[in-house]
Amino acid sequence: MSNIAKAFEKGKVFIPFVTCGDPDLETTAAVVRAMAAAGADLIELGIPFSDPTAEGPVIQEANVRALSGGVTTDKIFDLVRDLRRDVTVPMVFMTYANVVFSYGSERFISTAAEIGMDGLILPDLPFEEKKEFAPLCAQYGLDLVSLIAPTSEGRISMIAKEAQGFVYCVSSMGVTGVRGSITTDVGAMVRLVKAANPGIPCAVGFGISTPEQAAAMTRVSDGAIVGSAIVKLCAQYGRESAPHVAEYVRQMKAAVSAVNS
Amino acid sequence: MSNGRFGIHGGQYIPETLMNAVLELEEAYNHYKNDPEFNRELTELLNEYAGRPSRLYYARRMTADLGGAKIYLKREDLNHTGAHKINNVLGQVLLAKKMGKTRVIAETGAGQHGVATATAAALMDMECEVFMGKEDTERQALNVYRMRLLGAQVHAVTSGTATLKDAVSETMREWTNRIADTHYVLGSCMGPHPFPTIVRDFQSVISKEIKEQMLEKEGRLPDAVLACVGGGSNAIGAFYNFIGDPSVRLIGCEAAGRGVKTPETAATIATGSLGIFHGMKSYFCQDQYGQIAPVYSISAGLDYPGIGPEHAWLHDTGRAEYVAITDDEAVNAFEYLSRTEGIIPAIESAHAVAYAMTLAPQMGKDKILVINISGRGDKDCVAIARYRGEDLHE
Repeated sequence: MSNIAKAFEKGKVFIPFVTCGDPDLETTAAVVRAMAAAGADLIELGIPFSDPTAEGPVIQEANVRALSGGVTTDKIFDLVRDLRRDVTVPMVFMTYANVVFSYGSERFISTAAEIGMDGLILPDLPFEEKKEFAPLCAQYGLDLVSLIAPTSEGRISMIAKEAQGFVYCVSSMGVTGVRGSITTDVGAMVRLVKAANPGIPCAVGFGISTPEQAAAMTRVSDGAIVGSAIVKLCAQYGRESAPHVAEYVRQMKAAVSAVNS
Repeated sequence: MSNGRFGIHGGQYIPETLMNAVLELEEAYNHYKNDPEFNRELTELLNEYAGRPSRLYYARRMTADLGGAKIYLKREDLNHTGAHKINNVLGQVLLAKKMGKTRVIAETGAGQHGVATATAAALMDMECEVFMGKEDTERQALNVYRMRLLGAQVHAVTSGTATLKDAVSETMREWTNRIADTHYVLGSCMGPHPFPTIVRDFQSVISKEIKEQMLEKEGRLPDAVLACVGGGSNAIGAFYNFIGDPSVRLIGCEAAGRGVKTPETAATIATGSLGIFHGMKSYFCQDQYGQIAPVYSISAGLDYPGIGPEHAWLHDTGRAEYVAITDDEAVNAFEYLSRTEGIIPAIESAHAVAYAMTLAPQMGKDKILVINISGRGDKDCVAIARYRGEDLHE
């Protein structure tokens, strides 16, 4: 069983995201350790990309801050090596296909696995293009996470059957970012996933920022993913972000855990 | 792997949210491209509204002056809205209408594709929103006004480098917001399948006409066809019906900007490497970590860090050649064609004219060369005057 699957065994999960290198890698290291200590069940590390077409303004700007600070894929691999000395929470990379491809797909995937990453999320890699990276991920033991969207309908079963790690349920149309309300019937999406693949966990992301939203999404799935709300804290507090992110993760984790009981 | 491959290039590297939209588009296109009624309507729009067929003009003075190959100009600049862009736009907006869409969105660089889309949307009574890099809205203020006059909403894109690539990214983001009633009118032979194929098919009328007109005028095929390449839609349109004729050299002219040895270039084949971006696998200007490079050219329409996947494949197989033309060479050609033939070409098209000025004298007088004049140059006059140190006030 993969580390990601184990993370979902303990109950409802909370998955925070951070853009690596925003504003610098020392801050990212502190933020990730703070997230882990505050109860994060799985952590998404964003490798910045110059042109992130699935992101809203908040994460776009974080990518700009990180890249203009000089962060690179190699420096992020070093960050992970450092984190893995003491952080045991499963971690996945979230980035874009070109970041993996241009590094050399095999070189990227084998390195990520070797330094202790557990999975890879690529929002611009739909089911039809999975073969680009799936065989290498299988070879080196990295879960390649599949996404489903409110428009997926008839595609959900096909995607779920081959899903690894967990299924990332995109809650809303559009790009990442905080939303006042989520109107999609996420429960129906999750039921279609489970009908096709009963063993695969489903976590919901896009638009979630409050404990109430996280609890509501977790009631109909296995966990909640939060990106933009955390990246906003990093934008606001810069190098002092870690304690603020820790407090936020604690609240969100508590809201998600309350759904268990 | 998905359909829509040109060798290793192409594909559908897009968010899951958009997958059903492109699958729906592919299905609709496969149906309508063989539908006689659709084709009759499109041909009527192209002929009666856009003014096709465009002329294949023998450039007598240019031929005599350069002293080599006989030069013909394919006059896409004479189309309604002043460029080849209208060929694709009329096809896509008509297709969107048949699909029951009521709203179209588009990216634009210099504004030619945005103006063409706004035009077709006005004609076919569709809502229209155009995304344009903020820097380009300032460089091409007149085109912003034209789009608004035609009833479109223009959004200035401030993300990234605030140019064409960011306009494409922002239009893709907008499409993920609203798919049910909206078609994305992609302006070049790029992006996820089926766009490179759809755009190529709608632009291939250019080479179909060149072939017929050349057989009529000269009784034979040309020896070379030259076209400028950004994403590559006018070039693929000018090349397509000659791909199976090995005697016809196909030459794409990229924007070298201040030179391919400088960072201020947009010459993808000359300086790029294989990557995955904007929905496709192809060649891109990027750094060793896959971060897309901020590219530069005097021509806003060629100022794009990638190239359509079919061009990437034509390059791989050697069927087409790609050369890089600097700002200086393009501006010289812009002035040369204006003085020699009384035709002001778009600065984009001037890149192809520039290479013809090098190539024609090396070819024998019995050879024939065709330059695709993809657009007219009125839009560029202020910028070229500025390049020459003259400040024009409109």
